[in-house]
Amino acid sequence: MTTPEKKQSLTQTQYRTVPHIPLPEHLPGITGLLEYSRVTAEPIRQLTQFILRGENSLSPAERELIATIVSHNNECRFCTAAHTAAADLLLGETETCELMKQDIEAAPVSDKMKALLKIAKQVQVSGKAVTAESVANAKAQGATDTEIHDTVLIAGLFCLYNRYVDGMATVAPADPQFYTGLGQRLVDHGYNRLPNGYDHLKKQTQPS
Amino acid sequence: MAHITLPDESLPGIVGLFNFRPETAGPLQLLAETLLRGESPLTSGERELIASYVSLLNDTHFCHTSHGSAAMAHLGYDVSLIDDIKNGFQQIEISSKLRALLDIAAKVQKSGKAVTDEDIAAARAEGAGDKEIHDTVLIAAAFCMFNRYVDGLGTWAPQENEAYREMGQRMAFTGYVRFPVKADVVEV
Repeated sequence: MTTPEKKQSLTQTQYRTVPHIPLPEHLPGITGLLEYSRVTAEPIRQLTQFILRGENSLSPAERELIATIVSHNNECRFCTAAHTAAADLLLGETETCELMKQDIEAAPVSDKMKALLKIAKQVQVSGKAVTAESVANAKAQGATDTEIHDTVLIAGLFCLYNRYVDGMATVAPADPQFYTGLGQRLVDHGYNRLPNGYDHLKKQTQPS
Repeated sequence: MAHITLPDESLPGIVGLFNFRPETAGPLQLLAETLLRGESPLTSGERELIASYVSLLNDTHFCHTSHGSAAMAHLGYDVSLIDDIKNGFQQIEISSKLRALLDIAAKVQKSGKAVTDEDIAAARAEGAGDKEIHDTVLIAAAFCMFNRYVDGLGTWAPQENEAYREMGQRMAFTGYVRFPVKADVVEV
């Protein structure tokens, strides 16, 4: 069953190798799109930097968990792997993300975070899927209006990213090491464009 | 009433949310401005139709009608023609290229993964280039965010097309960075 030919064809069905438009080959996933269209990337980067890294009563790790649960539910491989890696690095462990993806209740996070993650999961389905009960539950667990607002906006933002990344059929590398490197870049540099761009990645197989 | 307490409950849709959180209003307005009024091989009227159509599919009345009104302002139609978007563009003249791009936008509304090679080939056959395909996918994706933002926080929306007439004209001709929020935010 696992002849090389068989393995090859499986890989080709599972992982796209040709995006719908020509994109820089050394920049898979979202990065190539943000470089392809830098003018539209700018406000997206600004929004992401503020909402995921700006001053907030939710920690960057908690906000990465929101990004991860939404990407996971949208089945966006690239974004799920990238934000799982970022959250894992910020948390210093990998268990939380994995448990959360299976069952929010089982994740070792605060009751407030569980309530916010459930709201994010509803937003992934539709804005209209958010119920008064889930919002009331978040408030009962101590969530502020701003935290609820930011949760909904982060979840909405990842519905944008996931559709952009998959709708253009960008490449999602199969190598887990790639995402560890990318997650580290997101932890170290956040979401602004690197000051010197991404040409240095042409020579490497991993982002740094 | 919205799910969170907004400083001015009389402001509908995204306007009330911009007022609540000026820090995110800035980039969100700039994104709308860039996508809908910035450089693109698609006209602003065509891009507003994509925005309005995706919002219709997401059942977000505020975004559907306000961007429908902006589209009518760009295209020189009355706001009553917003209803023609629901009716499959029987009266509004759209090119076969835009029709193919609207089909792609409808796929994006469902999921990024729903866009097929055949959808892209169909748009290319009608003359769409890389940038038109890119802009269509990004506008559709962006409205999947805007719509969820507006509905996920339970904002209210005026019902009648007429209530969106002036708003659409300002969105079309004044733009998104000045209108509607900057003035509101200054007062907060």
